[in-house]
This record gives sequence, structure tokens and C-alpha cells, in this order.
Amino acid sequence: MGTYILRRVLYSIPVLIAASMLIFFFVSAVGDPLAQVRAIPKVSQETIHHIIVRKHLDKPLIVQYGYWVENAVLHRFGTTLLGDNPIWPDLRLALSNTLQLVIVSEVVAVIFAILVGVYSAVRQYSAFDYAATTFSFVGFSTPVFWLALILQVLVTNIFLAYGIRIFYTSGFSTPGVTGLLPSILDRLQHLALPVITLAFVSIAQYSRYLRASMLEVINSDYVRTARAKGLLTRQVVMKHALRNALIPFATVVALDFGAYFGGVIVTESVFSIPGMGLYFIRALNAADLYPIMAWLIVTAVMVILFNLIADILYGILDPRIRYD
Amino acid sequence: MTEHPRETTREQREPGVTRRGVEEQQAPLGAAGDPGLRRAAPAGRVQPGEAMATASLYEEGLEVESRSVWRLALRRFLRHRLAMASLILLVLIFLAGIFANLVAPYSYSQINLSDAGLGPSLSGYHFFGTDDLGRDYFSRVIYGIRTTEAVAIFTAVLSVALGTLVGAVAGYFGGWIDNLLMRLTDLVLTLPALAVLLVASALLSTDSPITVSFLLAAILWTSLARIVRGSFLSLKENEYIEAARASGASHTRIILRHMLPNSLGPIIVNGTLTVAVAILIEAVLSFLGFGIKPPTPSLGSLINDGKGQMLTEWWLVTFPGLTIVIICLCVNFIGDGLRDALDPTQRRVRA
Amino acid sequence: MPEPVLSLRDLTVEFHTDDGIVHAVDHVSYDVYPGETLGVVGESGSGKSVTVMSLLGLVPQGRIMSGQALFKGRDLLKLPDKELRRIRGKEVAMVFQDPMTSLNPVFKIGDQIAEALQAHDPGLSEDDARTRAIELLDLVGVPQAPRRAEQYPHEFSGGMRQRAMIAMAIANQPSLLIADEPTTALDVTIQAQILEVLRAAQREMKAATILITHDLGLIAEMADRVVVMYAGHVVETADVGTIFHAPRHPYTLGLMGSLPQVGRDDEWLRPIPGQPPSLINVPPGCPFHPRCALSEGRIECRTRLPELAPVDGEYHLSACHFKHELRERSEELLRHMEGIA
Repeated sequence: MGTYILRRVLYSIPVLIAASMLIFFFVSAVGDPLAQVRAIPKVSQETIHHIIVRKHLDKPLIVQYGYWVENAVLHRFGTTLLGDNPIWPDLRLALSNTLQLVIVSEVVAVIFAILVGVYSAVRQYSAFDYAATTFSFVGFSTPVFWLALILQVLVTNIFLAYGIRIFYTSGFSTPGVTGLLPSILDRLQHLALPVITLAFVSIAQYSRYLRASMLEVINSDYVRTARAKGLLTRQVVMKHALRNALIPFATVVALDFGAYFGGVIVTESVFSIPGMGLYFIRALNAADLYPIMAWLIVTAVMVILFNLIADILYGILDPRIRYD
Repeated sequence: MTEHPRETTREQREPGVTRRGVEEQQAPLGAAGDPGLRRAAPAGRVQPGEAMATASLYEEGLEVESRSVWRLALRRFLRHRLAMASLILLVLIFLAGIFANLVAPYSYSQINLSDAGLGPSLSGYHFFGTDDLGRDYFSRVIYGIRTTEAVAIFTAVLSVALGTLVGAVAGYFGGWIDNLLMRLTDLVLTLPALAVLLVASALLSTDSPITVSFLLAAILWTSLARIVRGSFLSLKENEYIEAARASGASHTRIILRHMLPNSLGPIIVNGTLTVAVAILIEAVLSFLGFGIKPPTPSLGSLINDGKGQMLTEWWLVTFPGLTIVIICLCVNFIGDGLRDALDPTQRRVRA
Repeated sequence: MPEPVLSLRDLTVEFHTDDGIVHAVDHVSYDVYPGETLGVVGESGSGKSVTVMSLLGLVPQGRIMSGQALFKGRDLLKLPDKELRRIRGKEVAMVFQDPMTSLNPVFKIGDQIAEALQAHDPGLSEDDARTRAIELLDLVGVPQAPRRAEQYPHEFSGGMRQRAMIAMAIANQPSLLIADEPTTALDVTIQAQILEVLRAAQREMKAATILITHDLGLIAEMADRVVVMYAGHVVETADVGTIFHAPRHPYTLGLMGSLPQVGRDDEWLRPIPGQPPSLINVPPGCPFHPRCALSEGRIECRTRLPELAPVDGEYHLSACHFKHELRERSEELLRHMEGIA
């Protein structure tokens, strides 16, 4: 198992290098790093020339890539072009906020998806199953940002009408809240709506997926064997069937992590959560390529990391996988 | 996706009755109680025994068979009530978009300050209300549909073309071409699609529907490429492909004439579902202000326009959003119906 | 004869599909007596497996339309799910066709056997269940049982997996063992070993056995009595000697004809002409008549379903309108079939 994990980690390295090249050349191809500087009339030609030399923008692209990698590794992505602010501290804070949001959403989504998926599969074509199917289709068809806006309108209007503050509709915490329990409660009140928004679509997808793989497993020979042994239905479903259905499901959930970083862009910008999404939108609006590239790299690392976790999970869940 | 090793094919050997006919026509529910209740031959496949016939004879056979397969699929689709209802509704919505200038009671940007901030009502045909400038949101949504449907359909066509091409080449030729193309799709997947699109559309400052379509298609082709590749890889092993190759058919001919028709089902389903995905992503881009920008109307940018007043004028975000939900629901239901119709292995047994 | 362990009467099972109603089992009746091995033979799709599996509630999609299944005086078809569960795996145990897919791939072999024990004896400790599981593996001839119990199914060969399946089936000393094509999926060399294990297990447990198979060779070797099924119907039943030497149904005769015989010049098989009917559109009258050499277009065969009635003596039953003609004409009919094929 140890060597298996090590091999997977080593395998991730070339993937990360390829991803970093893709990111650098893609961003360099679509954007001009100096566009924003040139747009400011006060900036003199000398200043621009100074920036070009300092950031090696006069060198061939492949050399620029080398400098950029060096900068990223040794100086934690360096500084922004305008204002020369260090990138990493802001990005790290954004990442930790986003991870809180994403992990809570994923946990909520997985719990609900398992409940809905298992019950739908066991009671195939029941009223519940049809309701769950309809819900899933609505989930596939709803724009995340619109759902976020509608939730905001609803909760705000409830607050305005009745004066009850159930959930906050923007921000990540209330300034001035102290103490462990009050601040946890405050955080949860801020997290609730973004989590509902993010989990909504995931529950729709995951529950469908789990339902399908449960159905396949439930009709398998070994589940029939389990029933023929005289096990309780609960044991047959929750142990023999679910344990097998979880193998592909765990992989799908882990791999879906990358999509979450797309999802947070929209959710965070609607709910003004100071995370990766908001950071990304700010960097885009400033048209500063360096934070954008740093963001893409951090995201790619997250995706690769969760690919790795998916592989390891797969190895743990399925004894048929050989490690050597 | 990581492939999951599944042992699905459970052959039932019956030495007592080993004529080919018995195996093909195996009655539903064999000895092991196969709950799938699958019918004999999968759609569009020719039995291996016939494969050694000459290519021309074989082609005739295929045509007769595939025609009836498509007719069967059509009949199954027509029986799918939800899909049919969705299709009719979607056609109506799309027609309204195409003939927006005839259907919409007002123009897209007509300002009428005396009607500003009206809620939805039947009077004055302001079904979806008006904004602070008195612009009629029903009309704006209809014009928005026009842009959105054009972008979505164009995107789907582009991405199906690209996905099919890459998948077919990778699956048919295999080897290093396959490896290269598949690693490329893997790599595209390490970045969140939305982020890449946002970077591209923000930095290229594109706002024309056609460039947005190209950008969307450049991201969305990967899933179909994988599907087509998988289908081609398995088709390649069939003996009739060997037979066609032995009879001297060119690569292009084998791909177009023998393999593509047999992969058409998943391609059609994926193409349909891509329409819904394209609508959703285009809406996000426009909502964030990076996709299609005013004055070109789109459903996403309408929501962006309305979001400033949404707490008092809730209809400004609600109706364009609901329109997106309804269109995408229709597309997804149609896709579901097509999947049922084109993939007969997923038949239903009512308990 | 003593009281039967299991007595089936008029069992009818249907499947409702998009294409129509599948009549998988149609008014099937037979008895199983203590200690005997009853062979149930027929082509795939004849309903031989569905019959027994629906008794135990193992065919969730199947609808039991009518019938009675008396097991030790209780009608299995009327038992509530809870009671039926207590019978499954304890009183009636099954060995399935494909050992490659019948064991759960993610649990250890020993645990899967121990689970069968604990399901019917909740007081049994983990350790005791494990010890007993190892004993059972040893009993069915799995070498190095303590080590093998800790392995997963994919580490077992097909024959070893089937042994494990048998160990699981006999764990609770059932009074009825159902073996559904227990050797079909195995190599020929392994088949004989598995049969030996099955026979030994049966002796040990003194259980009655229903052996479901399409293989007449297996029937000849293992069965005491035989039930022949065709298109969801029982067409003939008799003791094994009678079935082989004096079959009184043209379908049984056809099966004999398609059995390779040592010492005959022609080693090729004589198949029954035609194909088994679709169970959605079962032919009217006798379901076998379109393929029957004896029918020869007789109106009765096409219009009236023959009853399962005594041939000579109480225990030899055949469902053929013209069963008595078979006595004289069997050789002629076999030649006739050969001619068509």
C-alpha cells in the first residue's frame, strides 16, 4: 500500500508540470500582461520598460516560463504586477476559507446523496424515486448563481418582514463576534446559504449516480447470495450492496472536486465570501495575469491531489486492486 | 473517469442445446434469472456468423437492420410522454425566440419611464414585469432566448463535431495517437472548465455570441471524445470490421460507414445534453459579466442587469432564471428519452 | 413414500416487461422427498431456476400469480418476509451457478461464511463463527483453510469459490439444498470434484437436494428422480431410470437424442428442431407442439394444453396427449428428428 501511494504521488509530478505549462502558455496566449499598465495614461514608457525588464517579458516565452516557475517555487508566486503586493498571503487565506466551504458542502452533499440514492434504488419506481428523479433533473437544469440569488432574495425578505436572522446572505463572519460557540454558530449562519447552493447541484448529480450504481449492484449475483443467506434487508442493502456501490461513487465524488472550484467562483461572488472564487473574479477584473496563474496552479494542485485521493480510496475500497 | 472493473457478461453455456439460434434467441430469464430481461442482439450489431460474408452483402444486411433499429428507437421515443411533451414545449420556446420580433410585445431596449418598476401583470402585456427604466422583461426574455438558443445549438454542433473527431481518431487508430489525445483530454480536465472559460473570455474581451460558442465548444468536447473513443475501441474488435478491412475498405470509409453509425446513439444523446450545459455555462459567463455583454440580449446578462434591484423587484431575476430552468429541463428530459430510446439495454421491468 | 419436504402446487410466476407479460413459470407442481436428489432439467428459459428462486423471494421482479409451496407444512408463498428470511439460508440453502460473481468481492471468504452462521444465530460470537467457518472450508476440501479464510474471492479459483459457496450453503445444516447449475461455469476437470463435494455435503447434512441443470449427464449421475421442464411447464416427471429408459414425452425424448452417447458411430448431437418459444407469446395448446415430431399438426396439440397425468403407475407423469404412442415409436421419432435437423 505504501509503495502504491508513493507511485501515485510520483505519477502526479509530471501531470503537475504539464498542467503548469498548459496554464502558463494558455494565459500568456490569451492575455497581455501589460494591458492594464498601458491603460493607465500617467505611466511613462520608461516605467513600462522597467517592468518589462524586471519581469523578463522581453525574453522568449519558454524562458519566461522558467522564470515564472522559479518565482512560484522560491518566492511563493511572487508579487502582483500592479502595486507589487505579495500574492501568496491573500491566496492562502482565500484557499482556507474556500476549503471550509467546499468540505462542508461536499460532506452535506454526500450524506444526502447516499440517503436519496440508496432509498431510490431500493424503492425503484416508487413515488419517492420519481420525486428524487424530478429533483435531480431540476438540479441539473438550475443555474447555480440564480439559485444563490433566489435564496438571497427569500432569506432577505424573510428578515425584512419578520426580523428573524436565520442565515446571513453575504460575507463569512460578523465582525466583533467572540467566543468559541458564538463564532462557530456565526460561521454556520454565514455558510448555510452557500452550502445549500453548492450542495444542491451535487446532491442531484451524486444521488443519480449512486442510484444507478446501487441498482446495478442490487441485481448482482452476490447480493442475491446475501439474500439467500437469510440476512436482514438492512444488512443486504447497507453492507453488501452499498459497500460495492460506494467504490465507483467515491471516485466520482473525489474527482468532482475540481468542478467545485468552478462552482465556488459563482457562489462566492454572489454571497461575497472572501475565498478563491472572489479572489479569482478580482484578479480577472484587474486583468493581472500573475495572480490568475497562481490561482489556476493552486486549483490544479487541488484537482491533482483529489485525483490522488480518489485513487487511494479506490485501492482501499476495492480489494481486487493490486498495489504492486 | 477511472474505470471500474465490473464482471458484467455472464455467459450461459448450454452444451445440450448449442445451436447458434438458441443462444441468440435466448428467452428472457435464463437459468441464472438474469433480471435485466435483455433482448437478443444489441442494437445495430450484426451477428458474428454473418461477418464473413462479402462486404457488399454485409452492407445490405446492415442497412436493413439499422433502418429498423432506428424505427424502433423512434417508436420508443414517441412513447416517452415526458420527452415528447418537453420536445413540443422546447420547440415552442425556440420558435418564440426565432420570431422574437413578432412574438415580443415590446422591443428589447424600449424605455418607457411611465411603466417603470411594474410587477408581473396581464395589463399592458408585462407578463414578467418591467425594470426601473420601464423596459418590458417578457420581451427582453424572448430576445434573450434568441441569443441563448443560437449560442447553445451552435456550441453543441461544434463540440459534437470536435469530440467525435478526436474520439474516433483516438479509438480507431489507437496506439500513440490514442495515448496523446487522451492525455490531452485528461489535462484539460485538471482545470475547472468555468475558470478557463472566464480567463479566456475576460482576457480576450470577447462578447460576440460566435466567439463565446467557440470557447464553450473548446471545453465541452472532452466528454464526448471519451464516449466515442470507448465505443470505437469495442467496435474495432468486431469481426465485421475486420471483414470490411480485409475487403479493402479505406479508413475513412470504415469509420464513416461502419463504425460511426453504430456510435450514433451516444453521440445524439450527448449532443442533446450539451445544449443544456452550454446554456448554463453561457448564463454564468454573462452573469459574471464576461460572456455576452449588453446590448446583445442573453438570459444570463438579464439576470445580471436585474440583480441590483432584485430585493424590491424580484421578477427581474426570477423570470429569466426560470426560463433557463425550463429550457434546460426540457433538454434534459429529451436527452433522457433519447437515451431510453437509443440504448435498449437499459430496459425497464415493472415490478 | 414419506411426507415430502417441499410440495409445490400450481406455481405461476410472471414478469411484466415493456414488451409484454413473460410467463416464466406456469402452473408448476412437484414434490421433493427427504434425503433424495431431485433433478430439474430443461433448456435455459424453461423456468427451472425461477421456480425455486421465487419460492424464497429471490426474484424481486417476478410476480407470483398463484400456487402453494408447502415446506414442512408451511406455505412459503404466504409467509411474511421476516419468516421467509429465517428459512432462507437456514432451512433452505442455495448454491448458485456462477461462483465468480456469487461471492461478494469486497469481503473476506471466511467473513462471508461466518456471516451466514451469525444471520441465524445472533448469539454466536465473532470468534466462534470464524472457527466454524474454517471448519466448514476444511469440510468442503479447501486446503489451508485458516489462511484461505482470510483471503478475498478474487484470490480463489473458480472451483475453490464454488467450494466456499457450498460451505456457506451447508453452514446452518439446511434440510433442503438447492443447487442451481452448480458446475456449469466450471472447467470439466473441476466439475467432478465439485460434484463429489456436493454429494459428501449432502450425505453429511442428510439434506434433500434440488439439482437444477440442463445437463442430462449430471442428472444421470446425481439424481434419484427427475422433473423435466419446458417453457415454464413441467412436461414429465419420473425416477431417473424411467426417464432415461422409458421417456414418455417427446421433449424428454428429444433431450435424450441430443445427448452424446459413448460407443455410437455418429458423435454429433441430434438437436431438437426449431427453437424454444418466446415466453411472451407461448404457443396455444401444448407449448412444445411447434417442435414436436409426434404432434405432426394434430389439432388437439394446437388447441388443448395437455395435463400432467400418470403414464403407468403413480410416479411417472407426462404432459402429452399422445404419450402412449411413444412406447412404440421412440426410435422412429428419433430418426425422424435427425432427418429434419
